[in-house]
Amino acid sequence: MTDDAATAAPHSPADLFFSFNKLALQGFGGVLAVAQVELVERKRWLTRDEFVELLSISQVLPGPNIVNLALMFGDRHFGLRGALAALAGLMLVPLAIVMTLTLVYARFSAVPAVAGALRGMGAVAAGLVVSTGVKLIGTLRNNRMGRPLCAVIALLTIVGIAGLRLPLVWVIFGLGSLAVALAWARLAP
Amino acid sequence: MNGLSATDLLGLFGHFTLLSLLAVGGAITTASDMHRYVVVEHGWISDAQFTASIAIAQAAPGPNMLFVAVIGWNVAGALGALATLIGTLLPSTALVLAASRWAAQRRTTRGVRAFTTGMAPLTLGLLLATGWVLAEPFLRDPARRWGALALIVVTVLTMTRSRISPMWLVGLGAVVGAFGGV
Repeated sequence: MTDDAATAAPHSPADLFFSFNKLALQGFGGVLAVAQVELVERKRWLTRDEFVELLSISQVLPGPNIVNLALMFGDRHFGLRGALAALAGLMLVPLAIVMTLTLVYARFSAVPAVAGALRGMGAVAAGLVVSTGVKLIGTLRNNRMGRPLCAVIALLTIVGIAGLRLPLVWVIFGLGSLAVALAWARLAP
Repeated sequence: MNGLSATDLLGLFGHFTLLSLLAVGGAITTASDMHRYVVVEHGWISDAQFTASIAIAQAAPGPNMLFVAVIGWNVAGALGALATLIGTLLPSTALVLAASRWAAQRRTTRGVRAFTTGMAPLTLGLLLATGWVLAEPFLRDPARRWGALALIVVTVLTMTRSRISPMWLVGLGAVVGAFGGV
């Protein structure tokens, strides 16, 4: 069913804490791209399909996707302890860094090189999100709805969010219900 | 600005708790209402402080949602940061754990399989759309268009062909940007 299997698992809540801390510290302008590289490609704790599945659930629930993903992943391995370890790993050190930056920001915000560096990082952050999407496209091959229907749903999502700038909630619950209903029909026993 | 009363602090916590459950798609989707509450309605921080709070969290490593802690800090120091951060995390965390366990027990049922099958193409579409939304302001500006496009193309090519840490590309972006390339 999958082209790559999850061949490893975190061995303790501490392992979760340090792993999520490590990926959070690499995540400038968003952590999702790094999470995909670390959890799927490097550690092999998740297959691409499992990653997409967790991300899909994260998306319909309130809260940041990466936080929800960390909570669910931690919970699946070590229950509440695992969920809290992953969450703490994701948040604690970055929180200290953000607070430190807040304190020094006022002094450097007017320097053109600093503003330029922020823009350059922003452009790369956009590219990272695109490449995460591109890398996960292969997971649709196994989708029971078939490739053409998957392509239509993905394209409608892109048009709705990037083209028409519809509210995310409309797209997720409107188009999402339709897609789930179609999948329900295809999965008929 | 640091002299918020206990009542105000509780109000701040309560408001962010409510927004937590509405934040489908992340805390950033409720930023407009946070702005209404702390800037327009209460005047606790300025427009510029609010915008800078979001920019700092995006530039720093870690989840972008940490901007809520920066807003809380600007409103009322450490207690404010705790109020907004815990208020934002607590309700959605409880809901996520409950929903995740519920779904994990029913992974093989038709309903849950229909959900993951149907949502997968939408999830990928959302990633690509988000990438476009982030890139578009750069691409619309003629002075930054080509530099930004080059960085985006290099990023996508490198990330789809190798397993290097994205951090190196972010570093490259910072250097190119600091020298006026974007």
